[in-house]
Parts: sequence; structure tokens; C-alpha cells
Amino acid sequence: MKWAVVVFPGSNCDDDAVQAVQSFGDEVHKVWHQERDLSLYDAIILPGGFSYGDYLRCGAIARFSPVMQGVREAAAEGKLVIGICNGFQVLTESGLLPGALLRNDHLQFRCELVDLTVHNVNTPFTAAYTEGQTVKIPIAHGEGRYVADEETLRTLERERRIVFTYRRNPNGSALDIAGILNERGNVLGMMPHPERAVADWMGSADGRALFASMRRCAKEAIHVG
Amino acid sequence: MVEPKAEQIRNERLYRGMGLTDAEYDCIVAQLGRLPNWVETGLFSVLWSEHCSYKSSRRYLKRFPTNGPQVLQGPGENAGVVDFGDGIGIAFKMESHNHPSAIEPYQGAATGVGGILRDIFTMGARPIAFLNSLRFGTLDEAHTRYLFANVVAGIGGYGNCVGIPTVAGEAVFDEVYRDNPLVNAMCVGVLPADGMVRGTASGVGNPVFVVGARTGRDGIHGATFASAEDPHEKERSAVQVGDPFFGKLLMEACLELIATGAVVGIQDMGAAGLTSSSAEMASRADGGIELYLDAVPVREDGMTPYEMMLSESQERMLVVMERGKEAVAEAIFAKWGLPIANIGRVTDDGRLRLWFRGECVADVPVSLLVDEAPVYDRPVAAPAALPGREVALPETFPAPETALRELLGHPSVADKRWIYRQYDTTVKAATRVGPGGDAAVLRVPGTNRLLALCCDGNGRYVYLNPRKGGAMAVAEAARNIVCAGGQPLAITNCLNFGNPEKPEIMYQFAEATAGMSEACLALNTPVVSGNVSFYNESRSADIHPTPVIGMVGVIEDERYVTPNAFQQADHAVVLLGVEDDSLDGSLYWKTLAGQPAGDAPAFDLAAEVNLQNLVHRLIREGRVVSAHDVSDGGLAVTLAELCIGGGMGVVVEAPAGAADLSASQASLRAAGWLFSEAPSRICLEVRPTDVAEVLAAAAEAGVPARQIGWTGGSRLVVRTTCEDWVNVPVAELAQVYQDALPNRMQVPVTPGA
Repeated sequence: MKWAVVVFPGSNCDDDAVQAVQSFGDEVHKVWHQERDLSLYDAIILPGGFSYGDYLRCGAIARFSPVMQGVREAAAEGKLVIGICNGFQVLTESGLLPGALLRNDHLQFRCELVDLTVHNVNTPFTAAYTEGQTVKIPIAHGEGRYVADEETLRTLERERRIVFTYRRNPNGSALDIAGILNERGNVLGMMPHPERAVADWMGSADGRALFASMRRCAKEAIHVG
Repeated sequence: MVEPKAEQIRNERLYRGMGLTDAEYDCIVAQLGRLPNWVETGLFSVLWSEHCSYKSSRRYLKRFPTNGPQVLQGPGENAGVVDFGDGIGIAFKMESHNHPSAIEPYQGAATGVGGILRDIFTMGARPIAFLNSLRFGTLDEAHTRYLFANVVAGIGGYGNCVGIPTVAGEAVFDEVYRDNPLVNAMCVGVLPADGMVRGTASGVGNPVFVVGARTGRDGIHGATFASAEDPHEKERSAVQVGDPFFGKLLMEACLELIATGAVVGIQDMGAAGLTSSSAEMASRADGGIELYLDAVPVREDGMTPYEMMLSESQERMLVVMERGKEAVAEAIFAKWGLPIANIGRVTDDGRLRLWFRGECVADVPVSLLVDEAPVYDRPVAAPAALPGREVALPETFPAPETALRELLGHPSVADKRWIYRQYDTTVKAATRVGPGGDAAVLRVPGTNRLLALCCDGNGRYVYLNPRKGGAMAVAEAARNIVCAGGQPLAITNCLNFGNPEKPEIMYQFAEATAGMSEACLALNTPVVSGNVSFYNESRSADIHPTPVIGMVGVIEDERYVTPNAFQQADHAVVLLGVEDDSLDGSLYWKTLAGQPAGDAPAFDLAAEVNLQNLVHRLIREGRVVSAHDVSDGGLAVTLAELCIGGGMGVVVEAPAGAADLSASQASLRAAGWLFSEAPSRICLEVRPTDVAEVLAAAAEAGVPARQIGWTGGSRLVVRTTCEDWVNVPVAELAQVYQDALPNRMQVPVTPGA
């Protein structure tokens, strides 16, 4: 299986994502933001960081970058796309996921290991978890408060697209949302960093199951949607 | 504005406004053999400032031990480098940004982080960690809370964005830092041991590039300003504004450029910007440099050579490339979208020559600017009476439990999570032990060895006894590395002191640095880089002399990484070191007396070395389950921290005193045993089966040792044969410890948190 990790100017979790994927023995390439073609890859990671300095709004400039064309095409083909932290912000700004991520309600950056609940294990990203499982994954963000209009939130709930919620809300997110899926179920955005929880020495290896789920899905060539 | 003519500068003594003294100006005139023009006077004023020239401290800094087989690069470069083994070098340095942070705390702190970051990647090292050491006044003042909150936000704002974890630090709150906070930032990077790059402008004809941000009018005379009393009287415009996004791109571009092998020399434009970078690079090569200032990318029209040379705009570097490789640099900077301009060339005539609009606007010898800057042997005088000695012991004592709660809730002791949860501590996915440990521990790519890092200082001890305090600061840093499972390698430092023109301040400086040297020699931790910050005073009140030590150590293997929290019930607790009951220099006594009291705690360097060697050995033998040293707040706080971290209690037996003590004597003895800050003491958690071996090894090493108790239960209990001094649920102590900073900072509590 072949992974792409997109690198925007200001991405800073790209190496961590590469390492996490490599720990499964998979092939992974960093893809510079000026490339457009992502057709070679089975799964795409939009990593954390401060793309384009997060000027204007987090992720607001990255959505215009050439590589996003390739990301949109991959998503449209049903390939797996995961946006982590800043990557989640880029996905909402690009319209690939609904809603938006605003400044944490306490106005501070927050970095800590948090407990998440896994809500739906019938997804390509969570199949290796168990329903209702509590997992420990670190957060590190200043703008992670998920908001969306009432109707969108109800839809996300009804369609079981809220995949991860915080056990103790660290930022004021609506419905304690930590991660959501697109309608088709092949694009996930999440604020916590699963790539920083792939070995016991990191304090948690609970992020491994997420990558394992994606690998299983891609290997079995399950077409999502 | 028309620049004053040379005669006018002399006649009206305009150089004084730039910080040059009459004697310094006369020296320049004599050496040049003519009057310097406005630009030249500006060059001298910044390079001869205390900040750049170290003119008051240089003769003392020369006495630091700087050599050792582990040293790959000592002081004199942008950062020091030590040999980490397995072909890996560790570059590190610490720097102060005290004065800017007092005026504009967010930007002051952020640019401090950005500056030290550039010093590290300039060496060709990939930065992997930040640390910081902070001092503020007391948090009951709104202005102090403002400074504290914004300094922390600024450090996080820069560090988080550039994607380098902030892994350790310290924060102390004491009224002496009220108007003059200390903000010291340290950065650590990794590089191939044979791949170091130096800040040298060599090779006649090689092109000189300025890369990164455009040059603006910000920060002009920042270095001079950092060398003046009472920065509050100075202008805010001398504080620079940082752009971490730009800093991140600059780091990536420079590391990519360095990897091509076509870089001859590279240097950060920090204090004194283009002036110091060009002059220092030429000086290291014993050569000269010629700059064409029309080519410098500027932010606004009409900038004069004087402004360009003195600007401290952030995120800029000066790069000397191999001639013919210009296109390599240009392509890399184009990829990262960063300005790059060829602004000059290396010469061999030993002069710094500046051209602007076809005219030579400055032409001075590099050696006069850099190497022949004045060195002062400032008067040194011991104070008539040492401070603290006259303070009477308290007559009544709070109940030990009350005192313990108060110490655990003291912001200097309390849980620092409020600070470090605002820092990205885990980016780069290599943080094995983050903030909260005795030392941070990082994994390093390409080796099984782990890197241990910490920074420590104790201004109160140095104030009470500069020589002993200076040695203790180094010893404490080393002790923390050892407790975490490491072997100390070398140090960097920030020497934060008051006004060097006062003989009693120079006495503190001379003594403290001498004490540091003694400890560095004894502990085999040479000084490889550092920074001096004088004039830390406001309204004539000097801060406590505060040398801060940043230390780097190596942990040979993952299995030696040792936590500082109790791991399991029914383990033995062994105290290594003396059971002291003196309150000298303690936070406990200071809190009661309202001022630092007594002498610094008793300290014996030989005993410290024995202790550290013993613990290092015991950890390698696998006999230490957890370890934590005794520092601020004394043994009681050490035990409480071990309990809180482990979520577990302990029962400790204190030795019974003589039966005939008066009530007051008994209280003093209890207070002493619990809260003495005598250093060279470490609490070990040991499996019951290892106790005899540990005690025997201690006896053999000549280190006093006693099993003082057992882990387990949910209470912290300290008792003698006749009474309980402390008997309190750990959960209660944890709450005091964890709530202290958030409560004082009145942060909105997040739902459910």
C-alpha cells in the first residue's frame, strides 16, 4: 500500500505521519503542495502544522494550493483521505468536510493526552477499534473547536459520521466532536494526533488501530461509498 | 533626516546617545586615525555594546572549563556542540530575552525562541527541542500575570508553529523579578558529528547572501537597549516582531542548502543584525567583507545604510556560498518562496566596507570592531555584610501540614501544567519524557541512546552565597540528568545579573561564575555556549543574580530511563544524602521571613559527585524504580511530588529527636527535617529485594543512606516514634499542587475539565 503525506509550507507533523506509516512497513512519500497528481496513492494524509502560517484562518490558504486538486480527485474516487489537526482545518476550509474549526473557547493552545470515545467502527478508519472504546490520543492545537449549524450537527449524528468525541471536552467543540467523516465515509478529519500515539513509549499506542483500519480497508480494496 | 557629520558627532557627543562612552569613542578615533562617520559610529556602538562584546564579563567567561573529549565545538560559534556517540552531535545554546519581554512580553518571548532556533540550525543541526527558564514577580499583581501569560503564549506561539517540541523548563516567582522578568530560551539540535557548519566568511571572492525576511526599521539598536538600565524608559520600537511561519520556512531552506555542501559559512542575524553577522563572520576567517547595501531587500523605501546595518528584523540569515554555486542557493530559496539577495563578497583585506549608491559609506577594520572591542576589568567589591545572615529564625512555626500545603501551592513549586499544556510537547513524535520529569528525555533518530535535557537555576541561593549558589546550579542540573537515568555531558548557560557598573554586582558575577567553574570541573560538564545578560534591574533594584544552567546528557539505553513518580506499592523508599535539618536558604524560611534567609544550603561538591556516581551506577544495575532529587521546598515536597505523580501514598519514619527538646526546638527540628533544601540528596524507590544492595553500595561510596519508608496507601505520612508530622491524603495535596497556577491565573475552566 502506498501513502502520500502532503507537505504545505508550514506543515510540521509530516515527518511524524511518515514515521507512523513506515512503522507498518508501508511505502510512503511526501508530496509537495505544488504537485497536483495524487493518482499513484492509495491513501492521503494531510498532516498537522501551520500551513501557510495559518494566516487569514487556519487552512484558509492551503485550500487554494495545487495539491488540493489531487486531494479532491482522490476523495471523489473513494480513496481514503485523513486530515489531522491542521489537515482537518484544511478539509473543512476546502468543503470536503462540513463545519469549521474555531479558536478554543479558553483561547489557549492546548497540548495533552486526551481520552476519546470511538463511536462508529463501521468505517475505514475505525474498523480495528471496538464500538464505544475509549482511546488515548494527544491533542495539540489552538483552533480545534468544531462548530456547524444545527442541521449539519443533526445530520452528522444521524448518519453516524461523528467518529470520535472527547470524553472531557478540551476546547468547547460542539457535541464534544473530535473527528468527523464526510458523507461517503472515505474522508476523515480529526483534531487529535493518532500519529503521535503509535508506540507505548509515546504514552499510548492507541493510534495504531486507526492506521491499521485504513490499511485493512485499502488492502481489501474495499470501495467506500 | 540628514545624518550628522563626523565633526558634529564628536562636538555634540552624539555617540553617547548610541551607548558609547567618551573613552570608547576616543579609542575608536585613535585606532581609526580619523573621526568615524555616522554609519561607522553606529557599527561600533552595537558591536561594542555589552550585549555583543561581553566587555564586562569576558575576562570571567575565559575561566570556564570548555574542553573535554565530548566537546566538538566550544564557545565562540553560534552554538556549542557535544559528541553524543554513534556519529551524532548535539548542538545547543541558551539565550536571554529579558529586556524585550519586560516591554512587549509576547513578541519579546517569541523572538527569543526564534533567535535561539536560528543559532542552532545555523550549525547545520536539525532543531529537536526547546526548553525555557522563566522568572517573574508574584502572581498577585495583575501586571505580572499579564507578563507571565503573554510570555508563555509567545513561547508557545513561536515554538508550536515551527513544529519543535518544548520539552522542559522551570518557572520561579519572586518579587525581585517584578519589573525585570527573566526569559531564557534554549534550543537543542542534532547533526552528523562531522557535519558542522561554522559562521565563517572565508574564500576571497565568495559571494555573500542575505536570505529570509526583508530588512525593516524594527529593532534598531536592540542590542544597545539590552545593555541599558531600565528598559521601560526605552522605546517599544526597539522590540522586534517575530514571524514563526517565516522562521520555519527559513529553517527548512537553510537546512536544505547546508545539506548541498555548497555553504562556506552561515550566521543568524540576531542582535545588531547585518553588522554583527558580517563583522563576526569576517573576523572568524581573519578576512574582510564588502557589502553593497543597495541590494539588501528592504521593507520600505528610503532606508539608510545606518538603518539597514542596525536593523534587527527577525528571520534573516547571512550566507557565504562557494563561488559558482549561487544558483544552488537561489533555486532552494525560490522553492521555499523566500527572498534571497547577493549583497557582497568576501575580501582578504581585513576590512568591513559598505557601499551605498556608489559611495563607500563605511570602511573600518574588522578586528577593531570585533576583537579589539574594549574589555573591562570592572571594580569588584564584596558587600559589607552578606545578605540573609541577620534574619532571625522564626519564633513560631505553622503546623507542618499547613506549611507543606503552602509550599506545594507556591507557584515556584506547584505543578507547571498550566504553562506547558500551552506548548506542543509531543510534535516530532520523539518525546519519551516531557515536562514534569526531573529532566526531559528524547529519542534521537539513528541511535538507541536517548537525550536528557534540563535547565535549572536558583537565584535565591546565589544571592545568599554567590560562589556556592553558582556551583549548586550546575550540580542541580547534573543531578536532574542523573535522576532521569543519564550521564551529564556539557552545559550552556544564561548569566542573568544586575548592573555590572556596581562593584557588588560584579562581585556576585565573579563569585558565581567561579562556583560554576568548580562544579563544571568536578562534574565533567564543560561550558560549550552561553550568554550574559547584565543590567537586569529596574528602578535601581537589581534582580537576584540568576545563572541558569541548560544541561545535556546521554542515556545509554531505553531501560535506564527512570521516572520521578512512585511506581508500585510496598517498595522501599531510600534517602541518599544527609538528613539535614537546617533551614538555610530554604523557600520555607523565605516565605516565613519575607526575604531570603540564612546562608545558601550547605553544599559539598565532592559529596555531590559521589552521590551522582552512585545513582548513575544503581540505575544501570537496574536497582532504581523511580528517583527524584530534593530541591525547592525540601524533602517533604520531594516526597509529595513522588506521591502525586504516582497517585500513591508513602509512610516515612523521621528520626526521633532528643526527648528533652522544648516545644519550639521540636517544631524547628520538624520543620528542618521536612523543608531543608540541603542539596546532594535523592529519594529512590527500590524493590524490597534490592534494599540491602543499595544501602551497601551507598556505604561503599561514602554516601549517607537510610531506608526512610515504604510506598503504598493513599496518604503521605511522615512520623516519628512519638507523633505524626504529616498525615494527609495524597489526593488533597495533588489538588493544591495542580490548582495553584490555574487558580491564580483564573483561566476559564473548560466544561468537565
